[in-house]
Amino acid sequence: MSDEPTSVTESVRPPATAEIPTPQQRERATTIFERSVEDRRAATLPPAGVAEAELSELIPKRFLRARPAELPEVSEPEIVRHYNRISRRNFDLDTGPYPLGSCTMKHNPRLNERVAALPGHARLHPAQDPKRAQGALELMWLLERQLEEICGLPHVSLQPSAGSHGELAGLLLTRAFHAERGEQRSKVLIPDTAHGTNPATVTMAGFEVVKLATDERGGVEMDDLRSKVDPEVACLMITNPNTLGLFDPNIAEITGLVREAGGTLYYDGANLNAIMGHSRPGDMGFDIVHVNLHKSFSQPHGGGGPGAGPIAVSERIEPFLPVPRVVRAETGNGAGPRYDFDYEKPLSIGRLRGFAGNFGVFVRSYAYIASLGGPGIKDASETAVLNARYLLAKLSEGRAGKYLPAAFDEPAMHEFVLSGGPAKKQLGVRTLDIAKRLLDYGFHPPTVYFPLLVDEALMVEPTETETRESLDALAGAIDAILEEAEADPETLRRAPYTTPVRRLDEAAASRKPTVRQPSSS
Amino acid sequence: MAEASYPEDLRYHPEHDWARIDGETAKFGITWHAQDALGEVVFYDPPDVGSEISKDEPYTEVESVKAVSDVIAPLSGEVVEVNAAVAENPELVNDDPYGEGWLAKVKLSDPSEADGLMDAAAYKELLANE
Repeated sequence: MSDEPTSVTESVRPPATAEIPTPQQRERATTIFERSVEDRRAATLPPAGVAEAELSELIPKRFLRARPAELPEVSEPEIVRHYNRISRRNFDLDTGPYPLGSCTMKHNPRLNERVAALPGHARLHPAQDPKRAQGALELMWLLERQLEEICGLPHVSLQPSAGSHGELAGLLLTRAFHAERGEQRSKVLIPDTAHGTNPATVTMAGFEVVKLATDERGGVEMDDLRSKVDPEVACLMITNPNTLGLFDPNIAEITGLVREAGGTLYYDGANLNAIMGHSRPGDMGFDIVHVNLHKSFSQPHGGGGPGAGPIAVSERIEPFLPVPRVVRAETGNGAGPRYDFDYEKPLSIGRLRGFAGNFGVFVRSYAYIASLGGPGIKDASETAVLNARYLLAKLSEGRAGKYLPAAFDEPAMHEFVLSGGPAKKQLGVRTLDIAKRLLDYGFHPPTVYFPLLVDEALMVEPTETETRESLDALAGAIDAILEEAEADPETLRRAPYTTPVRRLDEAAASRKPTVRQPSSS
Repeated sequence: MAEASYPEDLRYHPEHDWARIDGETAKFGITWHAQDALGEVVFYDPPDVGSEISKDEPYTEVESVKAVSDVIAPLSGEVVEVNAAVAENPELVNDDPYGEGWLAKVKLSDPSEADGLMDAAAYKELLANE
């Protein structure tokens, strides 16, 4: 760590005036539909080689639209410019650091993109006969084995297509597990720091949420857990390290208590990036783990998909896994193993989605794990934790230490949570104002206002792919922003100044969202 | 409302709710501190008129740009009126938490429960210690 505090000189301080709008701010964002001009075309097709027929002669009338679909009619350069223009209005990982806590926005190696784009991967048809897709099945089978090793559990299903989908699978497996034993259990224990998807999944799966309190060190309050573990408990869902970025030192005792009471143990793998190659959910006593391939294993994300949330499970849960399972059989004739889908699992909870999953995600994750290897995966987690601790140490000094102290004085893992409570009291600026001003400094803001138990929370996850210089720059920007707030808090309250759109009306966006193009007719 | 305020004529519940008691009925709402902690309120789901609510139990939910939060009943009784204006314009809770931003009017089943609530001075002391 350098001795000199990082400072932002006046020459690089971004503007804090709204008087002269940038060209992007002057130009209203338009949709592709608004660019449409009747009968304009991007391509001219040659005459058909067969006789043309009226659509109504080919397709039964009840399937035909009453009027044509309102598709945009634009030229090819307009299409290219349109998408290029809106991509430049975006802030993404290829633009700058993106320390969004709990989301693991790390760089996705280009090697994996290249492999995923190979025609044999990218152009594979989802309905291809498994006999003609042996390589794809082999890749899925191998990825399952990699994830088993990382999770420390003996079986994997790649079916769930998101973290939340993996959670739902986990609770359906839990229900099937208890039903097989003739038991009906209604409660699921969840710490009050949990990701919002956990209670949502519990409710959706028909269970009742029972919240666990957090102790003064940021872990599960053990007395609260002991008082709530009973024969009604179906499952405990937990993230470790949790959303405060803290590894719960009591994890073995926690899982032991619930197991003894007959419940299953669910590990939310959202924070797996902190522990890969160092500790394994299976060894901590968990039965079911979901892995966010789009977080820890290099699938680009942030745009809503596609993702993948495979689940790894223990022996006692395996019989209930979704179908189809990917299976390998030795041929015994020197021709090498054959791969196939197996649907014959009588206790299975069934299918969770159509086809076999987002195959491109599997390719990227397989390529990521195979190219890093065991030591590389371990190193990635170590660097993620080191980067977080380095940044936290830098932010514990000076203005950040005064106005944005760490919420818990415990060793951070891959992320940490600061409290903007003092900044609000002493400077009159909220965490949201600091986050908005960070955009002007070229950083995507960290997660704000989560977890809820921290006042004015700011949750920072730098990831392993940021350099020390980049971490220094982030610490310097936060210091410069707090300096601005000391001089005039209004500077922050009106930020951002340089983004394509300025401060948004979040209440109106939530209350009266415009989510579709108004119809032109 | 930009400045914190805690009117003297209200009774306060530690979960940051207030009650304005008028004989057998009372209006309920959330305090300046609660709306400030929540941030902009974007949704209010009023309880059914006629429903029974119990002191210290949630009787409705408000959603802000940060989170969905339960609103705790400061006293028990039957809901006789809800504030339709807040359901339509939830930001009233932020603009005027003790006036236009009231949430429900309740016919109290046990007015003596109010003895367990705080006055403004005690509530301000609670906030100072949080």
